[in-house]
Amino acid sequence: MTVRPFSITVDGRSVPVVPGQTIGAALHAAGIRAWRTTRFGARPRGLFCGIGVCFDCLVSVNGQAPERACLAEAAPGDEVTTS
Amino acid sequence: MTYDLVVVGGGPAGVAGALTAALAGLRVALLDSSARLGGQYFRHTAVPGRTPGLERFLRQAHALSDRAEVLSRHQVWSVSREPGGDLLVHAGSPDGQAVAVRGRRLLIATGAYDRPLPFPGWDLPGVLTAGGAQALLKGDGVVAGRRIVVSGTGPFLLPVATGLAAAGAKVLGVFEAGGALGLARHPLLALGKAAEAGGYALSLARHRVPYLTRHAVVAAHGEREVEAVTVARLDKQWNVLATRVVECDTVAAGYGFVPQIDVGVQLGCGTRHDVDGSPVLEADAAQRTTVPGVWAAGEPTGVGGWRLAELEGRIAGRSVVADARRSTSGAAGVEVAAGEVAGVLSRRRDRWRAFGAALHRAYPVQPGWQGWLRDDTLVCRCEEVPLARIREAQELGATDARSIKLLARPGMGWCQGRICGYAVACLAGEPQQPPRRPIAQPITLGALSEAAEPGDDLTTSGPGNPDDLATSGPGNPDDLATSRADKPDDPLAH
Repeated sequence: MTVRPFSITVDGRSVPVVPGQTIGAALHAAGIRAWRTTRFGARPRGLFCGIGVCFDCLVSVNGQAPERACLAEAAPGDEVTTS
Repeated sequence: MTYDLVVVGGGPAGVAGALTAALAGLRVALLDSSARLGGQYFRHTAVPGRTPGLERFLRQAHALSDRAEVLSRHQVWSVSREPGGDLLVHAGSPDGQAVAVRGRRLLIATGAYDRPLPFPGWDLPGVLTAGGAQALLKGDGVVAGRRIVVSGTGPFLLPVATGLAAAGAKVLGVFEAGGALGLARHPLLALGKAAEAGGYALSLARHRVPYLTRHAVVAAHGEREVEAVTVARLDKQWNVLATRVVECDTVAAGYGFVPQIDVGVQLGCGTRHDVDGSPVLEADAAQRTTVPGVWAAGEPTGVGGWRLAELEGRIAGRSVVADARRSTSGAAGVEVAAGEVAGVLSRRRDRWRAFGAALHRAYPVQPGWQGWLRDDTLVCRCEEVPLARIREAQELGATDARSIKLLARPGMGWCQGRICGYAVACLAGEPQQPPRRPIAQPITLGALSEAAEPGDDLTTSGPGNPDDLATSGPGNPDDLATSRADKPDDPLAH
């Protein structure tokens, strides 16, 4: 397992990760706390429940279908896109 | 391969149940959605030490991984009954593939999640559930914010606030909506947990964190993130008496927990209402649900903390073992069955259950919170349903939560009512109903179509005769079941 910090890319911006952190935690730690807007009111959303229940923190990782940032463990080279 | 027992959930209940069965020689598979075992209480490893019971849990988890199939990062979305009586547990694997695990018996140990209450601005980034802030801190080593307000009801607010303060956050206050007693006369004291209550009191004092009862955050303010909150002084019913504005960047709010019972409800397990009104799975003294071959342990049978969860898991494990022996050795199993609920374990369980019930009674959610909402306050975050639309549905004749849902759509989005379900039922003025979710986790259509024909090797191939469990385990299962618990090196021993 990687023990050295690494980076992921979030909408083109580099975000540092401590190995083992989720993508949501890395974003939150980097001061990015709103990374999605809602369908109807275009309201900003980020982490809320933090444990995979609320789906507020959805992101797309490496072009895949949206997943919960609070559950997805960040891996070196991950490219995250938000909506 | 058909397992003797499949366990869903890798927290203290699931691990204790799985390990008890595995030590007795049963073939056990455990599925958990996380990367590491532990559930919401023990999973977190970023902050070492300190968590009571963690070392003990890690010993159990380690012992289990030697003796059972542990499938981490597997999200269980459904359990079905095969024509022959076996249970098929459907899950999504880490790479998105459909996996089906077949077992003769099932233990539901799926835990619980935070029960939030809506308030104006609660969907602003920076507002987290109390458990969310805790998970960030303990699981990821991330302090949720710099200036944090903790609000809600129940003793869980205390470890959250002290943890955040110890990690360097400025905790501006713990606002406990319930109880007028204050920390010096906290219910934990009355319940014989003086050391724990004293530890929190000391820690809050050291970090100069005010603890105010009959207070709560009733609104969050900000443009794109939280910039301030309105803190209200409340009456007994939680109606607002007076307010002030507190500048902060983060709110951690929680009003108790919601037991996760979807899998049990899917299988038709009977439910009952817990002391706090939560629907929970009905379980007998041996943790058997009303459906044959299905056990439940931990929060799905009623929220009561990790000690109770572990005890219930161990009792369920013993009962599973007895059931397995009955089915293989006939009459010889009767003797075991009589002792399947060991006296010491069940007495301890009853004590912790009483403790859990006392906490539920000490921290009820009072109806005044409904007055915190404005017409435009989102009740359902996913479908962005404001209070006004729910009231409109009621004016159109919706008298219960289900018809409100059909007319106004709260609970129809991604989270399937897990977050707003409690609030909508309260607004409808009806008791909490068990969830009706045919799929317990969102899955892809591809995975759903694959699940129709389980082809994964977990379900098909496998060594040995599934019926010879009495001889297939390590050593003599009787020895293991009866003597292990008393050995000092046993991971399940106290």
